[in-house]
Parts: sequence; structure tokens; C-alpha cells
Amino acid sequence: MAIFKKPALKTESRKKREMPPGLWQKCDGCGEVVHEIELVENDRVCPRCDYHFTQTAKERIAKLCDPDSFVELDAGLTSIDTLKFQGMASYKDRLRKYQDKTGLIDAVLSGHALIEGYKVAIAVMDFSFLAATMGSVVGERITRVIEYGTAHGAAVVIVAASGGARMYEGMLSLMQMAKTSGALALHAEKRLPFISVLTNPTTAGVMASFSSLGDVIIAEPRAMVGFAGPRVIKETTHQDLPERFQTAEFLEEHGLIDLIVHRKQLRMQLAQLLAYFSSTR
Amino acid sequence: MDSPPLDFEKPILELQRRLQELKSHSDKHEIDFDSEVESMELKIRETRRQIYENLTAWQRVQIARHVRRPFALDYIARCFTDWVELHGDRVFGDDKAMPCGLAKLGPYRCVVISQQKGRDTKENVKRNFGCAYPEGYRKALRVMRLGEKFNLPVMALIDTPGAYPGIGSEERHIAEAIAVNLREMMVLRVPIIATVIGEGGSGGALGIGIADRVLILENAYYSVISPEACSAILWKDRKHAPEAAEALKLTADDLMRLGVVDEVVSEPEGGAHRDHDLAAANLGAALRRNLKRALETPIDELLRERYAKFRKLGNFAEPKVKNGA
Repeated sequence: MAIFKKPALKTESRKKREMPPGLWQKCDGCGEVVHEIELVENDRVCPRCDYHFTQTAKERIAKLCDPDSFVELDAGLTSIDTLKFQGMASYKDRLRKYQDKTGLIDAVLSGHALIEGYKVAIAVMDFSFLAATMGSVVGERITRVIEYGTAHGAAVVIVAASGGARMYEGMLSLMQMAKTSGALALHAEKRLPFISVLTNPTTAGVMASFSSLGDVIIAEPRAMVGFAGPRVIKETTHQDLPERFQTAEFLEEHGLIDLIVHRKQLRMQLAQLLAYFSSTR
Repeated sequence: MDSPPLDFEKPILELQRRLQELKSHSDKHEIDFDSEVESMELKIRETRRQIYENLTAWQRVQIARHVRRPFALDYIARCFTDWVELHGDRVFGDDKAMPCGLAKLGPYRCVVISQQKGRDTKENVKRNFGCAYPEGYRKALRVMRLGEKFNLPVMALIDTPGAYPGIGSEERHIAEAIAVNLREMMVLRVPIIATVIGEGGSGGALGIGIADRVLILENAYYSVISPEACSAILWKDRKHAPEAAEALKLTADDLMRLGVVDEVVSEPEGGAHRDHDLAAANLGAALRRNLKRALETPIDELLRERYAKFRKLGNFAEPKVKNGA
């Protein structure tokens, strides 16, 4: 009789890989695998390299606004397939898919809230909904929240993330750039502050409208920020792109944004700026 | 004007070739084919009418991009007098894709901001294929401010595939240059009339496109994305551009229906490239009429209307909410 019995083969390690999806995330910054709980506890910032993962609009609002101060406005606005857009998939199908996936009606949450006691009209875009592209609903909610700020003498804070205009809505989506920028012109005439926060990624039509018009423009570290997509630029110019091209750091170096602020300091940074510009607290 | 034919114009060309044959045959053999020639000419006219009245969105995009199509400076030479081009943004450089200056439209002194493409390689290198850099948009704003200071209305002629997607564009912040124009044009205290004369390429077009009246030429297009790029994203292949052009609703008639443009300016049959003078006469008349009306409106009312015009664009569903709910 053998004293040492060969242990039965176990496939435990393989089983471990079959964990529910979403429990572990690979960090785009350092390549390390980070546990979801660790990410949640750390505001979705990589504990090893400080890479800022995408945050949902809900998470951002909870972290930026004073507890229970956020009151959502225009929550019922829903996109319409005006053009009856048919591509590989119809716009209607896309909308339904993302509504199911995210639990959102469209790509932005907006309302009024307090940040360290300062009243703000705030809009936060959610990249997980159709790349937070700006169609009529996004444009309308952002315009209305700016107009709310104008009417109530409140500062406007917009946390952006976007792939640009929503092509499924054709020219109506491009016109949202005009609408939102125009609303900011009237807000500015009242000498009210607008703080624009750029998160990963903020590009194209959103960058070429309200996001670039902040009295102060803040970006999250390493956020991709730009007008044209890097692939388009490469194909057009046949040039190698500079290192860190279209990152928050690149923009800061070229004098295009005011500040790069770590997510964990963002709320206090906003409060400090609002203290300089606002009289209502 | 002689111009290379577009694919869909080939039936006309074929008929014209046959007509030519008929005529030469008639001359050579001294036979009277007059009635045949006449019926052939009728058939050509009918075919042309058929084709040009039923252009698809993609065919119009091709006309809008036609190399012989009148460009901004062609219209400036024909619709305006006393043109003085003003160069540079006073910061970085002079963008040749965005000619700006002073000009008279009939009795009216104006500033003109425009986008200019080239007809040959050399000209296209100079004009960067009509794709402006940030300094172009900043020059346009500088000249608009000049107009505001001296109470000169702004005439914007839009014709660009898009703002230039290059390294320099990003380094000098093309997005900001466009965004600032959107904001400032909304409150500029002189009338603005914008016309899409050829290609209205997305943000690059809109960057000089905020106006009291937005006109578009019959065969011009105005789109959030080029049909090719839309095709590449949605069909994963650029060859579906014709379908994308249809889906994007980018033609003058579609844009009228959407409320994005206020008036369609008719072109000579077959497109503006067939008769520059006639195309310019049509545009000049439309500009004068629209400008006259804008100048008769008090500026504060005009600004309110300008804001309201863009403010109402967008289509969405909104449930009725009870007051106080």
C-alpha cells in the first residue's frame, strides 16, 4: 500500500478563469488585472498605476455632488428615429440595445445639484450608451440644463465623454453643437461660470462645441481628447503621430486646457473654482 | 462649360454622340435628316430632364464635389464687387482654404468668409483641398468681428469636405476654434447669411455656418459625416457610400424638410458647373433678397430669432409631466 497517494487531477485553475465576466478588469494603463471591488472602492481608478477607468454617469454624480442634492431634470426625453436610419443595424435596434444594457434612456444625465454647497446645473455624459454620441436628446438636455443655469443664476458643470455627433440622426445631431454653444453664449452674457470636465474619451462634435468653451477646462489624467480620430489623422497625413498625441497631458503641454485633475480631487477642485466665480452658496 | 461626365450622365453623352453621327452622315451624303435630328434633340432634352430631376443623394454628392463646380472665389468674383481679401488670423498664419475679406453685394457693404477648394493639384495644395486649419476659423472670426465693429453684415460661403484632420490642427486646437465660432456667431450683432455652395462637411462647415438665414444650393449637400466615413463605420466598408448618402438625409430637399436650411437656391440644369454665370446670378439674387430682409429687422429681434432657429432643431419624445410632480 502506498503511503503517498497521487492526488486526483484537479482543474481548479481552469475553473477560476470561468469567473463571471466583469469581475476582473484588465487595466489599459499598466496591463494588470484589477478586481471589480477594488475598482469600485477606488472610484474606478487603477490602484497600481492611477489609470482612470470609465465611470458611469450615475457613479460620477454620486461622487461629485453633495449627498442627495442631485435633482434630475428632463429625465423622460427619449430619442426618435427621425431619419428611419438603416445601416447594418437600425437606429431603433441600437437604442433599444443600449437602453437594455445600461439602464439609461440616453447618453446623458442632467439636473441641478450642490457641490460643497454651491448650486450647479450639471450634466454628465455616459460613454457606455452608444459611445455617448450627441443626438437630439443629449443636445436638448445639455441645452436645457445650461438654460436652467442661466435662468437660476447657477454655474454650469458638464462632465463630457463622447465619440462625437450621433450620425443616426444626421444633421439634427450636428445642429446640437450649435444649440449647446448658443446656450452657453447666453449663459456667459449673464457672467455665470461654466466649468468643462473632459474624460476619456472626449472627441469630435462634443469637443468642437460646448466642451471646449469652459471658463475653466479640466481633464482627467491620460484622457484621450481631440477633434479627429487618430486613425483618420494617420490616413490623411501619412505621418507618425507624436507621443502622447491627443492625451490630456498633450493638451496641457500645448496650452489648450487649464488643469489635469485626478478623479479623487475633482470634487474639491470644482468647489474651489466655484468659490472664485460664484456668489451663491 | 465643358466638364468630364459623371457616371449617371453617360446616357446623355451616348445620345449626343449619336446625334453628332446623324448630323455628319447628313452632311456627307446630303440627305435631309432634319426631322430625325429634331426628334433626337428632343429625346436628349427629355433624358436630361429625367436624369436631373431624379438625382439620388449620392449623385448629388458627386455634383457637389465636381471639379468644375464654381467655388467660393468664383461666386465672389461674380456676385460681389470691390473684393478686398484680408489675410491671416494675426496669431499663427494665413489659411488659404478660408478666404475672407470685404466685398459689396449690390448696394450692400459686407464682410465675406468662405471656404475655397482647388481645381488642380497645385491649387489644391495651396487650398489644402478646402480643409481649413484652426487659423482659418480664427481668421473668419477676426473678420466677422471687423464686420460687427463697422456694422457690415456677414456673408458665409461654405464648401469644405471638413476641417483638416492633421497634427497641427490638433496642436492648435481646431475643436476650440470651431466651438468659439459657434458661440460667437450666435450673438454677433450684424446679420449673417450662410450658404452651402458645394460640400457642407460636418463641424468644419458648421464652424462658419451659424446664421440668420441658411441657404443651400440645389445640388450641394450638408452632412454630419461624409457618406464614405459613415459607410466605413456602419457597413465596415467604404463601398456602401451611396446607401449611406441616402440614409443620412443630406440633400437640399431633405434638409429643408428637417428645418436645417431655410431656402434652396436653384442651379442651372445638370448642375452649377455647367453655367457659372447663371449659378452666380441665382445665388446673388437670393443673397440680396435675404440680406435686405435681415437688414430691415432690428438687431435684437434678429438675434432672438437666430437663437430660436437653432434652439428648436432636434427631434425627441417627451412625456407630459404634471406640474409640481
